[in-house]
Amino acid sequence: MNGTKDILRFTTAGSVDDGKSTLIGRLLYDCEQIPQDQIELVQRISERKGLTEIDLSLFTDGLKDERAQGITIDVAYRYFTTEKRKFIIADTPGHLQYTRNMVTGASTANAAIILIDARKGVLEQTRRHSFIASLLHIQHLIVCVNKMDLVDFSKAQFDQISASFLDFSAKLDIIDVQFIPISALQGDNVVHRSEKMTWFQGATLLHTLENLSVANEVNQIDFRFPVQHPIRVDEGSVQDYRAYAGQIASGIIRVGDEVQVLPGDARTTVKTIQGMNGNVTEACAPQSISIVLADEFDISRGDMIVKPTNQAEQLSQFSAMLCWMSAKPFVSAKKYVIRHTTREAKLVIKSIQYVYDLNELKRMEGIQELNMNDIARVDVQLSAPIFVDSFRKNKATGSFIIIDEQSNETVAAGMIF
Amino acid sequence: MKYRLNYLQELETEAVFVIREVFAQFQHPCILFSGGKDSIVLTHLAVKAFAPGPIPFPLLHIDTGHNFQETLDFRDELAEKRAFRLVVGKVEDSIVRQTVSEEAGPNANRNRAQSITLLENMELLGFDAAMGGGRRDEEKARAKERFFSHRDAFGQWDPKNQGPEIWNLYNGRKNEGEQFRVFPISNWTELDIWEYILQEQIELPRLYFSHRRNCVKRKGSILADSPFLLPHPNDEKAELSVRFRTIGDMTISGAMESSASTVSEIIAELKEMNQSERGGRSDDFRSESSMEDRKKEGYF
Repeated sequence: MNGTKDILRFTTAGSVDDGKSTLIGRLLYDCEQIPQDQIELVQRISERKGLTEIDLSLFTDGLKDERAQGITIDVAYRYFTTEKRKFIIADTPGHLQYTRNMVTGASTANAAIILIDARKGVLEQTRRHSFIASLLHIQHLIVCVNKMDLVDFSKAQFDQISASFLDFSAKLDIIDVQFIPISALQGDNVVHRSEKMTWFQGATLLHTLENLSVANEVNQIDFRFPVQHPIRVDEGSVQDYRAYAGQIASGIIRVGDEVQVLPGDARTTVKTIQGMNGNVTEACAPQSISIVLADEFDISRGDMIVKPTNQAEQLSQFSAMLCWMSAKPFVSAKKYVIRHTTREAKLVIKSIQYVYDLNELKRMEGIQELNMNDIARVDVQLSAPIFVDSFRKNKATGSFIIIDEQSNETVAAGMIF
Repeated sequence: MKYRLNYLQELETEAVFVIREVFAQFQHPCILFSGGKDSIVLTHLAVKAFAPGPIPFPLLHIDTGHNFQETLDFRDELAEKRAFRLVVGKVEDSIVRQTVSEEAGPNANRNRAQSITLLENMELLGFDAAMGGGRRDEEKARAKERFFSHRDAFGQWDPKNQGPEIWNLYNGRKNEGEQFRVFPISNWTELDIWEYILQEQIELPRLYFSHRRNCVKRKGSILADSPFLLPHPNDEKAELSVRFRTIGDMTISGAMESSASTVSEIIAELKEMNQSERGGRSDDFRSESSMEDRKKEGYF
């Protein structure tokens, strides 16, 4: 069977000139994941452009407008696989609306690759990307110092960039940082070990990605089950079946466990758990299951099943970090909709505590507006409570989006901590 | 049990979550069922999502009239055996209504026409969301597709103006008359699909497995010989052992010579072989951006 092969999702951040497309192309090419017909196509285009070597960046070529302008407009998803892992890359553009796109790509990522041009070192945008990765609580940062071929594969240059990165990243909430000197163009330390940088003792990028530990990233301690919808069956061989479908947001549940349904204090026990292949005695996050309870209650979408001894906090007033994603600025008197797990309520933003200056990584107080790509700490008031854990402890129950009811647009992403 | 999911379990739980979100967020969803492996896997996942009850919405098949008979037979048998509600929208009916006209020229096909028939049927039957088996690894325009993909009142996709999709908080809100296309298996690759078919022992049309067939060799590709295929001067006819990697209309689905007759053999062949999945699809070759252009018009 397919045993223990798992999925690693990572995002790549870097600007137009950092060689991000070349790096992704190199990864796919050296892992032999690009079909021969595509290689031939890209070879022909490269020759037409007068290049002597294949232009690896062309493998991640996107939409019509992007090809015309030579830029990436939107997050694109790429896939490759090795014996050990399946990889999902959220390839985010470096310049246009970088915050909004990077937040989107980072929201599902286990790791982020931060690209630095070896000639330029740590730039403002390096700091911005790292800040966003830490805000989204990405566990692993892999700093790739690229274009080492253009600095004579200099160890001193690499060491100096690593040190200056660590200098500012100490202020960020990052769990694991690794540095790799690479040349995406020539393939050094991407999939194959570099012969020109024998001074580097660490692993290649691929080896690093294959061996990152993601085992502890899903919270398997605090059981949280947001109900997606009830399932009722009363026909044929199945009589009077009443279950609650959902994906376990965190934790483990077993048949016979005592549970409580939020909102309220109704308690009962778990009678059966239906997994993807029939009944099971236990299930863990992030499995999709349906639960049959020993007693009948009026339970609907947005309710949350927890254990009485370990409950989420019921909050209708709190402060949160927001990334504003809409071209329409925030309107202070407006009632928005909050979506948190499967639950919705009305929301108003009561006040803005501060907005981050992403260039200086400083808080700016006294600002009354939120525009696209702003990251801010705000106080909100809801029409009904939601069931929350701190984002740092539990991403699934610490995150939310804000929707503008008039335009139906998702206008912000929020984190509660 | 180990409290970790392997990659197929993770893809499965993600897809089931998305299918259940569609049921919870929309009034009248449907599954776009083509009889191809991706929509068969999607339907299999929908069965799991609502077990032990039935899938609470219909399957919609857009029949171009140029389908393989094997596909249609498989579709009807599956629907009967599993008691699925099946709705068929026909391109022929759109032609009668004069909303679609047949393409002219030697490479004429009904690929673009099916977008119109699809939109007409969604409007006619009041569907507000259609789930499809589209995958991001298939084609470059699909790589930018959201799980929940908004379509305006004309069914059009606006790739430059897609809403952000963050965590797994899918936003299916829309105005009256607008619709969504939803792609629960966005993150699956072709190989993932086959590994899952093997694991779940999912039945497929026999077109996917090696069989003898009268074929037409044309410009490096192999097409099934059929009355729908307009003859070209340099066509070469031959009886070959082939299988199809993707199944669409008989006029556009390229076959490949293969002796793979089981799912395991297909997986082994895929791992060896080094050609794009849609490499045999002449509908993608009309121009560099033909998939993107068709999607903008309402194609799935």
